[in-house]
Order: sequence, then C-alpha cells, then structure tokens
Amino acid sequence: MSSLAVQKVPSAAGATGAAQNRPPLRSRIALVPTITLLLGAVYCLLPVAWVVIASTKSGRELFSTFTFLPGTGFADNISDLNAYRDGVYWKWMSNSAFYAGLGALLSTCVSAFSGYALATYRFRGRETIFNVLLAGVLMPPIILAVPQYLLLAKADLTDSYWSVLLPQVLSPYGVYLSRIYAAAAVPGDVVEAGRMDGASEWRIFTRIALPMMVPGLVTVFLFQFVAVWNNFLLPYIMLSDDEKFPITLGLHTLLEQGANTPALYTLVITGAFLAVIPLVALFLVIQRFWSLDLLSGAVKS
Amino acid sequence: MKTAARRKSYGVKGAPYALPSPTTTLKRARSAPYFFLVPATILFALFFALPIGYAVWLSFHKVKVSGLGLGAGARKEVWAGLENYTAAITDSELLDSALRVLGYGCIVVPVMLGLALLFALMLDAEKVRLAPFARLAIFLPYAIPGVVAALLWGFLYLPDVSPFYFVLDKLGLPQPDLLDGGPLYLALSNIAIWGGTGFNMIVIYTSLQAIPAEVYEAAKLDGATPLQIALKIKIPMVAPSLVLTFFFSIIATLQVFSEPTTLKPLTNSVSTTWSPLMKVYRDAFGTGDIYAAAAQAVIIAFVTLLLSFGFLRATNRRNKQEAAG
Repeated sequence: MSSLAVQKVPSAAGATGAAQNRPPLRSRIALVPTITLLLGAVYCLLPVAWVVIASTKSGRELFSTFTFLPGTGFADNISDLNAYRDGVYWKWMSNSAFYAGLGALLSTCVSAFSGYALATYRFRGRETIFNVLLAGVLMPPIILAVPQYLLLAKADLTDSYWSVLLPQVLSPYGVYLSRIYAAAAVPGDVVEAGRMDGASEWRIFTRIALPMMVPGLVTVFLFQFVAVWNNFLLPYIMLSDDEKFPITLGLHTLLEQGANTPALYTLVITGAFLAVIPLVALFLVIQRFWSLDLLSGAVKS
Repeated sequence: MKTAARRKSYGVKGAPYALPSPTTTLKRARSAPYFFLVPATILFALFFALPIGYAVWLSFHKVKVSGLGLGAGARKEVWAGLENYTAAITDSELLDSALRVLGYGCIVVPVMLGLALLFALMLDAEKVRLAPFARLAIFLPYAIPGVVAALLWGFLYLPDVSPFYFVLDKLGLPQPDLLDGGPLYLALSNIAIWGGTGFNMIVIYTSLQAIPAEVYEAAKLDGATPLQIALKIKIPMVAPSLVLTFFFSIIATLQVFSEPTTLKPLTNSVSTTWSPLMKVYRDAFGTGDIYAAAAQAVIIAFVTLLLSFGFLRATNRRNKQEAAG
C-alpha cells in the first residue's frame, strides 16, 4: 500500500543552495519537467491566491487597486460576513460539516459491511448484487434526485436535514473500494481460523477484519466526505430553508443576490475564501492517508 | 483465484477443530453475508431502485385536468404512452443543450487528460525538482467544490476585478468578453479542467509508479531518450488507467450542472437550459412538468448507460485483439 505521500522523496534538499557555483545545472536538474510542473502549479494556485488577496480588499479597493495587491478591509469583510443575516454564513459551514461528517461516517459503515461481505463470502447472487450496486455509479444524479425529491415530498421529508443526508449514505463507489480493499487485506485463512475458534461471524468482522480494513476505510471516508461537501445538485433540489443550506448552496444564493449589486461582491469573495480553508486544511493534513492506488486498480488481489 | 480456494475450505467436512459442528458453521457462513448486506440493500431499494422506477413510471404518464381543474379529483394522472418521449426527442432545447455539452466535452476531456498525463510523466521523470510541491498544488483544486471553483473563476473572468483584463488593458490589447459566445465554452471548460486535472494526474501517476524499474533499464542501456521511454514504454503501460480516467471524465462531463448554474448570475449567456441536467431541473421545478422532466432524465440515463457499455465493450475487444495478436 503506497499512499500519496510515499513517493520518491527529492534527494538532498540542500543541493539547491549550492547550485550556483557548480556549472552543469542541466545534468542535475531536469529543466523541462521541473518548469512544466511549476507552470501547472501556478495555474492551479492562481485562483486560490487571488481569493486570498481579494478577500483583504474593501469594496472600493476591489475595483480600483491592482488585483494582486493586498487591501486593508479584511477585518471589515469578516465582520460584514458575520453580520450578514445574523451569521447565517456560519450556519452553512456547520451544516456542511454535519452533512459531510455524519454522511461520510454512515457511508463508510455501510461500505465496510457490504465490501467485507462481497469480498470474503461466497454466496448466491454475489456478483449480481455487486453489479447492481455498481450500476448506481453510472446513474446521472438528476435521474435520482428529481424522483427522490418527489418521493420524499410524499413522506413530508423534503427541506429537512434527512433529505440531504440519507440519499448520500449508500455510495456505490465506496462499496466498490471496500470490496477491493477487503479482498486484498483480509486473508481468507484468518477468517477461517476465527471460525474454527468458534467466534461468531459478527465478532470475526469487528475484531479481525475491521482493523485490517482501516486504511482502506479511511480512504472511503475521505472520498465520501469530499463528495458530500462538494455536492450541489441534491441540496439545491431538496432545500428551500436557507438555515439548512450547506456552504455550496449558501454561496450560490449569495452570488445570485450579489451579482447585480457589486457592493455584495466582497461578501461573496470573503465567503468563498473562508469556505476554501477547511477543505484545503483537511486536504493538506490527510493527503498522506489517501491510498489512491486503490483507484487505479493497483491493489493486487 | 481466492474464491475457489475459499469454496473448498467451506466444503471441508469434519474439519479437525470443528467444535461447533461443521454444518452449523456452514449454515452461518451462508446467511451471514446477507445480514451484512442488509443496510446497503435497504438504502439501494429506497434511494436508487424506487426513485428510478418512479421516474420511469412518471415518464409514461401525464396529468389530465377535467372541468375547471378545481377540486381534489380534477387533476388525474393518466397513461401517456410514449408522448413524453416523442416530445423530449423533438424538443429543440434538449437537443441544443446536448450539443452544447458535446462541444464542451470535446474541449474538456482531451485537454484535461492530456495535461494530467503530461504532469504525471513529468512527476515520474528523473532529476525533477519540487515534484512533491507541484503534485500537491496541482491536486489541490480537487478539494475545492465546483460551485466555489466556478465562483473564483467567474470573478477572474469579470473585467472589473480580473487580473487578466488589467494586464490586457495595460498592454493596450483587445479585451474579449469571456462570458459570452465562443469564449464562454472555453471559460466553462477551463473551470472543469482546473478542477479535474489533478485527480486524473494522481491516478495516472500512481500507475506509473507501479511499473517496475527493470522495464526501463534495458531501454536506457540501449540509449533511449527520456522522451522515447515516455512515449514507447510508459504511456502504453498506463493505458488501462487512461481508459479509466477517460471513461469517468466523459460521464462527469455529460452531467455538468453546478458550474454553469453558478456562472449564470454573472452572465446572460448561460441560459436556464444550458446543459441537459439544467434543462431537466428547469422543466421539473421551473415549469413544473415533472412528467416531461422524467422522460428527459430517463433518456439521459439511457444514453449514459449506452455510452458506458459501448465504451467498455470496445476496450474489452481491443484488449482481446491485443492479447491475440
């Protein structure tokens, strides 16, 4: 299992300092790849750098000073955002954390149960169940979301936390990853040995298999967390009460109101900046735990 | 295959330490997987099968209003046959949205995967500096929601606040309207490319890392340049992950919704029916014709499945031919 962090570590970080007085630069640094990658990094960081700087500008500075020149209005922008509709912005943030956190947790549990069952047991209908679950990946979200809305409306559940949370608990992709991971990480002999010792199937799962599956399940959790946090279509369809909005939908409505009033631009920009922070921070901390080779099918089973 | 071995071990009669009789273990092991699959099955039935079934049902129905349309029994759902489908197929708005997304996809998929492959190969190159930093920076947009990405780029496209316009202005160059006409496609494509390149790069890079070093060594001894090694050895060896990323990119492109929806307030050029999903949304909740919307959604799902299976079959056939030849 190599994670994202386990890569070729650049050898000798100190070498760059002494680089000037040793002439054959080309023989030590591959220039074309390094420059290409740096251009890519600049392209990817540009909008993020822009929003960081733009969020420090007052409304007047935003239109009058050079784009990448920091402004003086950051504190004011934050307090404006706090004041906007009695701090509904922070409600959106906590809603997103709730939907993504609880949703990903439940999703990981369901994926773990299903993935384990599909990987370690041999039973009638196994491949059919797996393929039917997997076909869910291919379903365009709209063919699910519109009838989900209409059905939940009949149960009087639309515009509730449940309407955003429940449809996202089953993740076909999570089941798929769990199955692959369980097949690679939980040896059949160990399960069989547990059975010989008279452990119940549930106990074998919780005490033996689950600890072995943890690295794969962390990946499933993180994928689902990002997927729920970034989801826009489902809450857009389900919710009308802005107290229940996740941050994506909240920012969208803020932009919709602000598009015609440039005075609201700073609010939108500051909101976007603060919305980026938690995920980027999470991303930087956890990127070493992602086993992305799961994705490319590099896990041998 | 592991499964064959497992089946055998289940079938062993009178296993040496079988304190609980082997037949009970066998029975238990037979019913256990179904218990583990109960939550997934219930959720699948409620949130996948039932909605899809309901959408199909709706797509064959329509509302019939009797009398003045007042009172409880005045609006009745009646069988509509293929009416909604013929209406959807001849609906120029739906066709136009499909064509727009086709054009958009023709830009997004090749450029995004081309860049992803290029960056992955560069990361894998020898003696490359700052690779961990670049890898992280290029992957970072994956963590940013499509809505926020569209919002950031949307502002960067606005002449009043954009650094690009500032530079063009200082240089005295013409300033195109990025949110209109042809450039709008590029503007929207750019958002998708920005958001998706890093993820695909990581998938391709991970499979590059899985290639054993010995594979290159012979080529290197023969004096092959890094470019030759990349083109002749690396790219063919990561072909399976290219196929995978291509497949998922096409599906994601067909379903574009949040980026154009977010840009809509900033420009009049993005209509409420810009992409097929937006069209379905508009018909279901804007004009309130859920029957027409259901038929369109079923058509979109059908096309997606058709494309997916067609694509998988084509790649399977190619693999078989390669294996045979």
